[in-house]
Amino acid sequence: MPGPDKETDLTERIEAFLFDLNRGGSGAGPLRGSAETARETTALLRRITAQARWSSAGDLMEIIRNEGRRMTAAQPSETTVGNMIRRVLKIIREEYARSRGSSEEADQQESLHKLLTSGGVSDENFRQPFAALKPNVIEAINELLTELEGTTDNIAMQALEHIHSNEVIMTIGRSRTVEAFLKDAARKRKFHVIVAECAPFCQGHEMATSLSKAGIETTVITDAAIFAVMSRVNKVIIGTQTVLANGGLRAVNGTHTLALAAKHHSTPLIVCAPMFKLSPQVRRLSFLSDFYRYCEILSKVNVHCPVFDYVPPELITLFISNIGGHAPSYIYRLMSELYHPEDHEL
Amino acid sequence: TDVIIESSVGYFTEGPERKDDIVKAKQEGKELTKEEKQRLRKEKKQQKKSKEKKDDKPSRDSEKEKKPASAASPAPQTPTQPPAQKAPSAAPAPVPVPASETPSAADKPAKSKAELKAERRARQEAERASKGKKGDVGPQAAPGKPKAPPSELQPVVKRLPEHVQVDNPEVLKKLAKKLERQQIPLRSDYGYKVSLFSHLHQYSRKAPLTQQLGIPSTVIHPAIVRLGLQYSQGIVAGSNARSVALLHAFKQVIRDYTTPPNEELSRDLVNRLKPYISFLNQCRPLSASMGNAIKYIKKEISNIPSQCKEEEAKRKLLNCIDCYINEKIVLAAKAIAKYSIEKISDGDVILVYGCSSLVNHILCEAFEKNRKFRVIVVDSRPRLEGREALRRLVQKGINCTYVLISAVSYILPEVSKVFLGAHALLANGYVMSRVGTSQIALVAKAFNVPVLVCCETYKFCERVQTDSFVSNELDDPDDLIVTRTGTTQLEHWQEVPSLGLLNLVYDVTPPDFVDLVITDLGMIPCTSVPVVLRVKNVDQ
Repeated sequence: MPGPDKETDLTERIEAFLFDLNRGGSGAGPLRGSAETARETTALLRRITAQARWSSAGDLMEIIRNEGRRMTAAQPSETTVGNMIRRVLKIIREEYARSRGSSEEADQQESLHKLLTSGGVSDENFRQPFAALKPNVIEAINELLTELEGTTDNIAMQALEHIHSNEVIMTIGRSRTVEAFLKDAARKRKFHVIVAECAPFCQGHEMATSLSKAGIETTVITDAAIFAVMSRVNKVIIGTQTVLANGGLRAVNGTHTLALAAKHHSTPLIVCAPMFKLSPQVRRLSFLSDFYRYCEILSKVNVHCPVFDYVPPELITLFISNIGGHAPSYIYRLMSELYHPEDHEL
Repeated sequence: TDVIIESSVGYFTEGPERKDDIVKAKQEGKELTKEEKQRLRKEKKQQKKSKEKKDDKPSRDSEKEKKPASAASPAPQTPTQPPAQKAPSAAPAPVPVPASETPSAADKPAKSKAELKAERRARQEAERASKGKKGDVGPQAAPGKPKAPPSELQPVVKRLPEHVQVDNPEVLKKLAKKLERQQIPLRSDYGYKVSLFSHLHQYSRKAPLTQQLGIPSTVIHPAIVRLGLQYSQGIVAGSNARSVALLHAFKQVIRDYTTPPNEELSRDLVNRLKPYISFLNQCRPLSASMGNAIKYIKKEISNIPSQCKEEEAKRKLLNCIDCYINEKIVLAAKAIAKYSIEKISDGDVILVYGCSSLVNHILCEAFEKNRKFRVIVVDSRPRLEGREALRRLVQKGINCTYVLISAVSYILPEVSKVFLGAHALLANGYVMSRVGTSQIALVAKAFNVPVLVCCETYKFCERVQTDSFVSNELDDPDDLIVTRTGTTQLEHWQEVPSLGLLNLVYDVTPPDFVDLVITDLGMIPCTSVPVVLRVKNVDQ
C-alpha cells in the first residue's frame, strides 16, 4: 500500500539523515561542508512536506518542528540544520498568509506598527486548511533549493570588487567559500595568499595545496606566526561556521586571534558567509563547551581542544553573502527577513 | 674633497692658527699639552688620508649609491671595501653630508674638547677592533666620527651582519671567500624561499654541515664540531642552553690549546677562535646571548698580559668563563626567581608559552615555596616545545593544563598572569622571543591580563628592530609537513611551483604589550632597556 510504505520510507530517510549527522560530527564519518548539509536538510524537509500526513499549516509546522528538534539534538554544532528548518517554517507561514489573502506588506509592518497597537502574540493558529498550500510550499522550497545551489557562485562573483592586484591576503583553515572566492579573483588578478594552517587538524594544508594548484602564490604559516606576519597583510578573508544574530561569528579555532591581530594592524577583516549560515542564536556562555575533541590525555594533565571560537562583531569589517555585502551592524535586520521571531526557539 | 666632509676638516681650516700655537709653544720650550699633541698627530694623519681618499673617492661614491641603507649611518663601512683598508679607515671615516661644512667650521672652537675626547675613544675602539675583530661576521661597532652634538654617547653604528644580506651576491661571495680561507664548508640554502624573506638563509636539517667535513678535522676542534651538530639538529636549543654549551666547548678548546712558538697567547687564541665561530654560525646563526658571551671571552683573552705564563693564563681564562656562567646565568636565575615569587600569589592561574628554562625555574621555585597556583602551558607547531615544559612541571607536581596556541583566546578568561621568556631584549624596548610570543601578548592585552617577561641582563642587545621580517631565522620548511593524524598533505610541496612553506623561529613583541620585565637588576619597564645597556657599558 502506498500510504504506509511512504511513511516508512520517510522515517527511514529521516533516521539515515540523523545517523549521518551524528557520525559527521564526531569525525568518524565523511566530513561534509555546511552547504551540503543545508541542501540535504532542505531536500528532506521537502520530502516531509510531500509525504507526511497533514491537513493544515499548523500540523505541518508541528511535524517539521518535531523533526527539527531531533535533528538539532543529533548534532548541536551544525547550525545550518536549524537554520533551514526555520526558513521552511517561515515559508509555510508566508504561504499560509498569502492563501488567506492578507497582503504581504501588512505582514512586514507587523514589527513596528503592531508592537504599539496590539502588543500581544498574534492569534494565528494556522488551522485553516487550504488545498493549494501543499504545492505552493513545495514550490517555495524548490526556490530555496536553487538559491542554496547558487550561493558559492554568487559570492565568488563579487571577488573582483574586493581584491586588487599585488595584494597579500591572509586566511585561516579551510573554507570552500573562500577557496572559490579566491580562485575566481585569481583568474583576472595576481595576488599572494598566506594560509594559517590551523592546528591540530591542519585543514590549512589542504586549502594551500588547492589554491597553489590554481596558480595562486601561496604560503603556509604556522598559527604562532599570525601576528608576526600580519604587518604585511592587506586583507584578511575568512569563512565561518555560523553567523550569529548580533553580527558576531562562531568560526574555527584561532579566528579570534587572527581578528585581534588584524584589528591591531587596522587590516580589514572580510567574512564570506552565505545566508544559510545566519543563525538567530546569540552567544551562549557555555557555547564552546558543546564541542570538544580530546587529544592524548596524560593522566595528570587536562587538555583542552576547542573547535570553535567566538569573534565579536567589533572586529569584523564586512560580510560578503550571496545577496551582497553588509556591515555587521545590519545582520539583525537580515535575520528578521529570513526567520520569524516565534521560530527562534524550535 | 668638497663632497667628503669630516667634522675634522675644521681642523684643517683652523690648522694654521693651531699650528702657530703649537710652534709657539715648542719654541717657548713649554711642554705640549696632551690635546695639542693629539691634534698634531691628527693633522698628520689627515694629510696622509686626504691623498688616499682622492684616489678612492669615485669608487666610494658609487658604492654609497648602491647601499642606501648604510647611507643613513654616519660611518658607512660598506662590506665591499677590501678588508685591508679597514684598519686605517677605522679612524675617522668620512661623513657624507655636504651641507655641514660651514656650521662645523663655525662652532669648531666650542666643540673641540668634546670632539677630541670622542676621537680618542673612537681611536681606541678602532685599535681594539683591528686587533681582535678582523673578519668577524657578527655586528661590529664601526667607529665613526661623531657629527652629533657633544654628548658622551659613542657612535655605535654597526655594519650589517652577513646573515641578513643573503639576497646580496657580493656579500655571499665575500663570505664564501672567508670560509674558504678558514677551511670551513659553506652551507647551501634549501627549498623555495618566500619572497618576503629572500634576505635570510633557509637550511635543511637533513643536510648538516658536518657531512662535508673530513675526519679528523684538522681546522676545527672536535668539541666545536660536536656542538655545531647539536645546534643544527636542534638537540641543544634555547638561548641559555646554547650559551652554556658554547662556553663549555670553549673551555675545552682553551684546555687543549698550546701557544705556538713566537706567538702571543692573547692574539693567537683569538685568531684560533674565529674559524670556530664562523663554523658555528654556519650551523645555526648565533643568538644575541651567544654573541655577548663571545664578546666577553674575546675581551678577557686580549686583556691577558703578555708576560703571563701559559698555564696561568689558561687557568685565569677558565676561571673567567666559570665566573661568567655563574654570575650571568645561575645567580641571575636565582635573583629573578626571588623577584618573581613576589608577583605570584595563591590561587593564581599562570600561562606560559613554550619551554623557557628561566620561567620553568621560577615556577618550580615558587612551587617549592608552597605557593598555590596552577599552570596553563601553551604550545605551538612545529617545534612543540611546550611538551618538554609540561613534562618538567608535572614531574614537580604542579597542576597543569595544555593547549595549542589557537586556543589561547578560549582559555585566557581563566588566566590571571602571563609569564614569558625572552631570547633577547632590543634597545628600543621590543622583546625578541620564540614566534607566537607576540600573539599571546596581544590576546592577553585584549583580555586585560598582565604580561611579565623574564630575562637576564646578559641577553640585552644593542640592536633595534620593529618587525619580525628584517632579521629573523628561517627553520627547515619540511618541519611543517608532518601533521598529527599522520596525513601528509604537503609532502610534495616542492613540486608545486607556487607553494611556499614558512617556518619562522623568532618574532618581536612591541613594548606596549608587555607590562613588566623582571631582570636580575630588578623589575623594570620595557622602555628602560637602553638605560641598563648604558649602565653596563659604562661599567665595562
